[in-house]
Amino acid sequence: MKLKSTGVLPGFGLTMGFTVTYLCLIVLIPLGALILKATSLSWGQFLDTVTSPRVLASYRLSFGAAFIGALINSIFGFMVAWVLVRYEFPGKRLVDAMVDLPFALPTAVAGIALTALYTTNGWLGRWLEPLGIHVAFTPLGVIVAVTFIGLPFVVRTLQPVLESLDPEMEKAAVSLGANRWYTLSRVVFPSLVPAWITGFSLAFARAVGEYGSVIFISGNMPMKTEIAPLLIITKLEQYDYAGATAIAVVMLVVSFFLLLGVNWLQARTGRHRAT
Amino acid sequence: MSNENQEVIINPRQSGYDPTRALTEPPMVRFILIALSLLFLGLFLFVPLAVVFATALEKGIQAYGEAVLERDALSAIRLTLLTTFISVVLNTLFGVASAWAITRFQFPGKNILITLIDLPFTVSPVVSGLVFVLLFGLQGYFGHWLADHNLKVIFATPGIVLATVFITFPFISRELIPLMQEQGPEEEEAGMVLGASGWQIFWKVTLPNIKWGLLYGIILCNARAMGEFGAVSVVSGHIRGLTNTMPLHVEILYNEYNFTAAFAVASLLAFLALLTLVAKAFIETHAQDEKIALPPAHEQSRTP
Repeated sequence: MKLKSTGVLPGFGLTMGFTVTYLCLIVLIPLGALILKATSLSWGQFLDTVTSPRVLASYRLSFGAAFIGALINSIFGFMVAWVLVRYEFPGKRLVDAMVDLPFALPTAVAGIALTALYTTNGWLGRWLEPLGIHVAFTPLGVIVAVTFIGLPFVVRTLQPVLESLDPEMEKAAVSLGANRWYTLSRVVFPSLVPAWITGFSLAFARAVGEYGSVIFISGNMPMKTEIAPLLIITKLEQYDYAGATAIAVVMLVVSFFLLLGVNWLQARTGRHRAT
Repeated sequence: MSNENQEVIINPRQSGYDPTRALTEPPMVRFILIALSLLFLGLFLFVPLAVVFATALEKGIQAYGEAVLERDALSAIRLTLLTTFISVVLNTLFGVASAWAITRFQFPGKNILITLIDLPFTVSPVVSGLVFVLLFGLQGYFGHWLADHNLKVIFATPGIVLATVFITFPFISRELIPLMQEQGPEEEEAGMVLGASGWQIFWKVTLPNIKWGLLYGIILCNARAMGEFGAVSVVSGHIRGLTNTMPLHVEILYNEYNFTAAFAVASLLAFLALLTLVAKAFIETHAQDEKIALPPAHEQSRTP
């Protein structure tokens, strides 16, 4: 395939050459190494690694916690986006800016902060432990950490869509006699569904691979609170490159198909809306 | 919004139906929603942030200073600054070059190229580190060659830099591509017609147009590079004073139950995170004044 530019501006060769070279060196060759390593595994080896009980337990925890975290975020994230777009209250600008904190705060800092909060003597832990709610060093802690990490995704994907909603639509519904709940459920919410699904899937994808904020609060007990990314590191420390690669490949494939499914769902809801 | 409702139903009193009530929620519901949102954000954002600073200063300003100025802490800060600097410079060059190539020219495979640029966002940080171990680790594809030539990548600074560059790879590119796409090539083409050279066009026309978007991308790239943990953790080897970045130093101190010191170093990172948010808000305000639409700040799929 010959690349041919049709623009009139100069610099195509230079910028394109640099872009492709840099992309190959930093991204494509390293990821290629992962695929190469994966193909060098025999099926038996691969299946033995990824179906061992410890690995299965870590997948269950990683994907399960990520799902619940994304679910919590899609409910509260929707509420936060709604409140930020539709209502006025003191300190709104500060709150709006703070929503991005999980993107800006290093994950290790988030991890130790959440752990300190929820241990037996922590600010929140000391109230929760007497009630029999143990957060730190349990799967619940993993959920708390991935909820923190995924918090901005749903808010930030819904916010622009909410802002761009045409108020005339709601007025039209009202003029036709709809009450508030009917307007919301039939006019407003349906147009938010695609963005909502996007936000959910982004929060989920981020949570599945999350490492820094989770390892402190989870306690890392094999079979109980050990996440898949941690197992990859454990295998690497034992110089079991093949094992680490196998776990990584399953994570990549599952995430890829989940995102593919979400895209399909989105295309469907989008088409439904258009007709 | 409620004032505009009058145009919908001209005489609400006559119809016995108040449309303002139908266009927003009752005050009670509004209050509950705001309260619940603030409670949720308070619990998940403000309290964790507060606990970092509170624990850091628990044993007084003296202990704080000692923890931050200790030798290993300082070397961790140096390594983090170096890594961040290299990542930001390389990815800025790449971001500008890729945006220029993609938005100013037509060529086959453009969409594939854009998708490939986004790849690092979809990979777990730990896997990002893993790929470099597979390449340059002792049993990796280039491991023997590197050992023969006495070169060290994994468990050394080059590995840390590589992993960080990989993680922050798309940040600036994905800010600039939609921005330059929207601005279009007309102004640059006008410059060319007037006889400007390629570099003159870039410095005098393109750069002033994209400066806010570029700055935005740099700030996000910088924040992520400084705080990256998972990928760096895989390739670093955690050698104190040598291959420890700030987040890794926090981890080591924490695992040694040296909580005050761990949170002291963490508070530096938290402070930088807050600075990032302030800078971000500042740039967003300016961009809004100049009617520049900045693409969303985070790792979002480009077209849903």
